Amino acid sequence: MIEIKNLAKTYHGADGDFTAVKNINLTINDGDIFGIIGLSGAGKSTLVRCINLLEVPTEGDVLVDGKSMLSLSRKELLAARQKIGMIFQGFNLLAQRTALGNITYPLEIAGVGKAQAKKRARELLELVGLADKERSYPSQLSGGQKQRVAIARALATEPSVLLCDEATSALDPTTTVQILDLLREINQRLGVTIVVITHEMRVIEKICNRVAVIDSAEIAEEGLVSEVFLRPRSAIARKLIMPQGGEGIESVLGSRCIRVTFDGSDTAEPVISKMTMECRAAVNIVFANTRSLGGKAYGQMVLQLPADESAQARVLDYMQRTGLEFSEEVYADGN
Amino acid sequence: MATEQLLKMLGQGAWDTLYVTVVSTFFAYVIGTPLGVLLYGTSKGSLFPQKTVNTVLGVIVNILRSIPFIILLILTQPVAKALVGTKLGNQAFIVYLVIAAAPFVARMIESSLCEVDGGVIEAAQSMGSNNFQIICKVLIPEAKPSLLVGSAIAITTILGYTPMTYLVGGGGLGQLAIQYGIYRSNATMMYAASLLMIVLVQVMQEVLSAIAKKSDKRIRK
Repeated sequence: MIEIKNLAKTYHGADGDFTAVKNINLTINDGDIFGIIGLSGAGKSTLVRCINLLEVPTEGDVLVDGKSMLSLSRKELLAARQKIGMIFQGFNLLAQRTALGNITYPLEIAGVGKAQAKKRARELLELVGLADKERSYPSQLSGGQKQRVAIARALATEPSVLLCDEATSALDPTTTVQILDLLREINQRLGVTIVVITHEMRVIEKICNRVAVIDSAEIAEEGLVSEVFLRPRSAIARKLIMPQGGEGIESVLGSRCIRVTFDGSDTAEPVISKMTMECRAAVNIVFANTRSLGGKAYGQMVLQLPADESAQARVLDYMQRTGLEFSEEVYADGN
Repeated sequence: MATEQLLKMLGQGAWDTLYVTVVSTFFAYVIGTPLGVLLYGTSKGSLFPQKTVNTVLGVIVNILRSIPFIILLILTQPVAKALVGTKLGNQAFIVYLVIAAAPFVARMIESSLCEVDGGVIEAAQSMGSNNFQIICKVLIPEAKPSLLVGSAIAITTILGYTPMTYLVGGGGLGQLAIQYGIYRSNATMMYAASLLMIVLVQVMQEVLSAIAKKSDKRIRK
């Protein structure tokens, strides 16, 4: 379990102080895949580095399995870091070592014998699906393969926690999905707690069970992914889930729109088709972000109501009768 | 001068020059490497930032590098006397060369280490490496190609300084070119000795560059 208590990090620069994160309180349970999402510059990378003390917090504390990281001696900290794996956006592999050599590195640091380190590294290459690449140098691997080697390396010392700092941000969408699947598999098979830092909601949706949304150095909201996804309370969460001001939004400025939330009680498609038939009114789907879980729909949809007021009334009346949660959506210029 | 005698002198000269160059480079690295690592490690935001140490070291290195070699050679005569028992000859000259080259080597090492990607160092830190492990297992191996390129520059530069040994009565190709070529107007000796110096520089440069290139795993082969 990782507990972050009242954490703050301020940098003292030549041109004044800069607070990267403040008032951070989070509890990450064992076995969680915990997402930390925010726009760039929100402070999420600093926050994750405060967990293994690559950045030393200026205030507050970080407890890993009940033990304060800040109270550790230098030697104890180095040992603790061996139990907290980390992967990065830029992979950060040793360019002059082979895939196998990269994975044996943390084992050498941990004092594991050469033969045993090699054996363990080969098992890990197998786990990440790169058994045939042990002699390859990073320059000979693709981005996805490099991240797989980095994951194997991070897991070499059997950590209980894996920190992922924008681990898929440099990868294409297909590779991203493969890496996320691998992370989930690691979480389920090895029971490793995973902390995922990202700016992409789809990463959170795909693998996380809990999420914290961070905005201008502070946590805007936190909770189960399904809850935050369905009922975002903060403006930043709305923005991340349903980017506004994008294409298609201009066309609905000034018209009435409603945001419908599907929470799994009904499926999406019949509702809309039934409504169009019953109300004899065509609605425009401005935005939809729904996914099907066990045949039920979860997510949100923004509908543009017809211009005719009586048709609008029929639609709203119909929506009321379906029992679906909806609210009027207001789009203002420049939002 | 008989051809046979000329060749013999050139052979001895080439050997002396090579000896002075290699031994000086070796000791310049023995002193320069830890200095370079210290300059790198104590700098701001590095492994073990120590502003005072970094500044003091930097100033000493800069001072030594800014004194012209010919003056340094005179100023450091007591050091040679203390270390090798004489102020004259090739042995003493090696001392002068090492004092002049070590700070230069330190800067080369520092700059090679700076080329190592900070992300890789951060990754090594996240795995619980201590600073010594990071220097020996990450920084130096990762910087190896650049360090080898640097060593080619260092050894050829040191070779270029070897003729100055003539000033302290030492021998070598430079001394032959000056003494016989210039003062005794033996053009053959001057050109032959100079040509040999050129060959030595070429060989050292090419061999070390080739090793550097071959050792670099960043290049797809």
